[in-house]
Amino acid sequence: MEALETIKVREKENHPMEPLLRMDRIPHIWCPGCGIGTTVTAFVSALEKLEFDLDKVVVVSGIGCTGRVAGYIKLDSFHTTHGRAIPFATGIKLGNPDLKVVVFSGDGDLVSIGGNHFIHAARRNIDITVILVNNFIYAMTGGQVAPTTPVSAYTTTSPFGNFEPPSNIPQLAEAAGAVYVARWTSLHIRRLTKSIAEALQKPGFSVVEVISPCAMYYSRINRLGEGIDMMRFYHENSIIKHGEPTENLDIKYQKEIVVGKFVDRERPTFIESYNRWIGETKS
Amino acid sequence: MSGVRIPYDIGKVKVPRGEVHIAKDRCKGCGFCIEYCPNDVLELSDEFNSKGYHPPIVVKPEECLNCGLCEILCPEFAIWSTLKGEVEAKIAG
Repeated sequence: MEALETIKVREKENHPMEPLLRMDRIPHIWCPGCGIGTTVTAFVSALEKLEFDLDKVVVVSGIGCTGRVAGYIKLDSFHTTHGRAIPFATGIKLGNPDLKVVVFSGDGDLVSIGGNHFIHAARRNIDITVILVNNFIYAMTGGQVAPTTPVSAYTTTSPFGNFEPPSNIPQLAEAAGAVYVARWTSLHIRRLTKSIAEALQKPGFSVVEVISPCAMYYSRINRLGEGIDMMRFYHENSIIKHGEPTENLDIKYQKEIVVGKFVDRERPTFIESYNRWIGETKS
Repeated sequence: MSGVRIPYDIGKVKVPRGEVHIAKDRCKGCGFCIEYCPNDVLELSDEFNSKGYHPPIVVKPEECLNCGLCEILCPEFAIWSTLKGEVEAKIAG
C-alpha cells in the first residue's frame, strides 16, 4: 500500500508514477512515438483509481516490446517465455486466488504464438485481465508479418504486401468466451484507463485491446510517418461504437478503427465452476 | 461579447492553474504533449538533451490548467504538472 500512498503525493521533483516504476531501468527501451508507455500510464492510473492493495497485484508479460512491461513496473511481476504469459498467469491465479493477475503483452505474444492459450483461458473463464497491445507487427524481432497485420501492409517479411487476412481479436475473444472485451487506441487514454479499471473489477477473463503506433517498423516501412502521425490518424479515423457486434471489428489497412466496449457479460469463472463441481460431487 | 450567455455561477467558479515539470533527459521527443496540450502551453525546443532529442519547453506557463493530459499521454514518464493555484473564471473572447 505504501506505493499507492506515495503516488498520490505530487511533487515538483519527481514524476508521480515513479513509486510504481523500477527507476533504475528507466529510460525504457521503447522507441520514440511508441504507445506502450502511454498504456502503462493508463494501467497505473487505473490501479490508482481503484485503490487496490498493490501487494495483491501481479503483472505477467511474455516476450516482445510489450513484454518489457513486467520489467519496468514495480509490482510483483513475471517475465515469461514467448506466448506463455497466460499459462503462467493461470498458474498464479489458481495457486493463490486472492491475487489480481494482469497479463500485459503484445499481439505477437498473446494471439499469435500464444493464441491457443488465449482461446483456452477465455473458454475456461480464468479470472485474469489481459491488456493486449496491438501494433500489427512483430516489432521487437525486426518487423516481421504477424497474424494481426492488415491486408496489403508491408512488413520486412512481406515486401510485396501482406495477403493473409488478420485476426479479429475482439471476435476471437468473444467467441472463445471472454466476459469483457474492449478496444481502444493509445490516443483514447482516459477511456482506456476507465476500461482497464472496469476489466480489473470484472470477475472472469477480460480483454482490453490497445491499438498502438509502431513508429519504427510498421510506420516506417509503410511510410505512415512517425508516432505522432499515427496518433493523428487515430484521432481522425477511430469511431466509438459501444456494443458493436464483434464481427464488424476487422481492421483494414489505414481504414477506420472501431473502438469501444463490445462485450460485458456474466459467466461463472473457472474457480467458481470448480468449487461448485467439487461441492456437487462430494454431496 | 453580445449573444454570449454569462453563466450564473461565473463568480464562484475557480479555474485551476498548474505548473509543468519536464524531466528533459528522459524525453525522446515524440511530441505527443505538444500536439495534444489543449492550451498550447508547450513547444519543441531547440536544445538537445543528453540523448540528442529535442525536449518540449514551456512557452505559456500562465495558460496551464493542470489537466494532466500531457502526463497521461507521455510514453516516457517525463512530464507532469502540479497545482499552482486557482484564478477567477473569465468569459473567453
